[in-house]
Amino acid sequence: MIALFLRDLRLAIRAGGGFGLGLGFFLIVVVLVPLGVGPEGRTLSLIAPGILWVAALLACLLSLDRIFALDHEDGSLDLLATAPIPLEGVVTMKALAHWVTTGLPLTLASPVLALLMNLPGPGYPWLMLSLALGTPALSVIGTFGAALTVGLKRGGLLLSLLVLPLYVPTLIFGAELVKRGAAGQAVATPFLLLAGITAGAAALLPFASAAALRVNLR
Amino acid sequence: MQGDLDLGKYQMTVLSAWGAALVLIVALVALTLIRGAKVRRALEAAEARKGKDQ
Amino acid sequence: MSIWKYANPKQFMQTSAWALRWLVPLTAVLMVLGLVWGFFFTPPELRQGSTVKIIFLHVPSAMIGINAWLMMLVASLIWFIRRHHVSALAARAAAPIGATMTLIALITGAIWGEPMWGTWWAWDPRLTSFLILFLFYLGYMALWAAIEEPDTAADLTSVLCLVGSVFALLSRYAVNFWNQGLHQGPSLTVAQKQHVADAYWYPLMICIAGFIAFFVTLVLLRTRTEIRARRLQALLARERMG
Repeated sequence: MIALFLRDLRLAIRAGGGFGLGLGFFLIVVVLVPLGVGPEGRTLSLIAPGILWVAALLACLLSLDRIFALDHEDGSLDLLATAPIPLEGVVTMKALAHWVTTGLPLTLASPVLALLMNLPGPGYPWLMLSLALGTPALSVIGTFGAALTVGLKRGGLLLSLLVLPLYVPTLIFGAELVKRGAAGQAVATPFLLLAGITAGAAALLPFASAAALRVNLR
Repeated sequence: MQGDLDLGKYQMTVLSAWGAALVLIVALVALTLIRGAKVRRALEAAEARKGKDQ
Repeated sequence: MSIWKYANPKQFMQTSAWALRWLVPLTAVLMVLGLVWGFFFTPPELRQGSTVKIIFLHVPSAMIGINAWLMMLVASLIWFIRRHHVSALAARAAAPIGATMTLIALITGAIWGEPMWGTWWAWDPRLTSFLILFLFYLGYMALWAAIEEPDTAADLTSVLCLVGSVFALLSRYAVNFWNQGLHQGPSLTVAQKQHVADAYWYPLMICIAGFIAFFVTLVLLRTRTEIRARRLQALLARERMG
């Protein structure tokens, strides 16, 4: 399983898609928003938590279809399915690799972009914390969507339609956590709920993803 | 109860809500019936062909 | 593999044909009675004026919008556990109806909200979660439409329906937490009718019964169509082979 994880990481880095693309997209969205909304600092800092979260979510979405597509094309997914490790484990490792190549860089880059969005000072640690907590859920949920659509030729758009509604709770609690953190309010509730969603999704969704993969590889 | 209809100042509101909802319901029923009839005819034709072959 | 392995569908076709013989008139009578009563023979309400008449479409369609998803969830579970083909097809048949009902609830709500709240749309928890429910319906139907192999489609959509149900529920609570809304609490509970005056209560009950009958009738009709479409596909495939 660890070997699989390392292999996925290497592939993502070599292809250059993982790190670069998601981060670049994140940056562009965050740059475009002030251009559309206007440069006024107060407005920007008001919408900063939401924009940063939505941008992170979209950047995450961008690389989802690559999770299984390449392995499906060259047949290695069939090999993985018959390999002596449980498919649930394969799925979890895939999600983890996706998170390390997208969620983690997004989290690390977020303070710089928050600067552009004029996020109030106390919000920074909460922004990083909420992204670190929430993006694993995005990766796990996205892996589920990718597993559903793996056999389809034009799966990309469908994938977004399927996955985005599933992202709603994570987005709400994640952005709320940043908003409250930035305003200096109590953050315990959204924090715990966000952590709960991530833990629950990571624990349960791999089974659903593996079931979907088995159906698709039948 | 009052028999004659006076919707008052909200006439447009009530009529448009009812209109939109009824249009959607009628469209749903129509689509269901049309597709049902189409599939049924195609199936009957296919069954007839199959009957002839044997 | 025999095309006629669908022994159960055959049984279903017979039973549903018999059921539809009295369900269709029942639906027609209930719908016409409830809607005509609601539209023509209810007095305008004190505060809301004649807009109260929208309730006869808004509440029943919202109920069906939610319960159609529940029915799909149950049907998906049955397909998952028992591999009962009719069940998967019934779930597929119900989705467009549920989506339409959700849309009706949203549209009538928006039109009603304009004079009452002064806005077409507010990001109120109930409104928002209904919009999200509508998105779930769209995704579910899109997945059905995208996959050609019928059993694969049935499997994948039922997985999506199960996962989607959990997340729809989560979203409902998340949205509640996110914003306190304009929408009043539930004005209907099964046991009591405290919020609704008698003049509206009876036609509303008839409308709800009518919408339920309407839903059942349409699901049966559409499931029959789906079964026929499956058989047609199998026949055509055999023609090509032979």
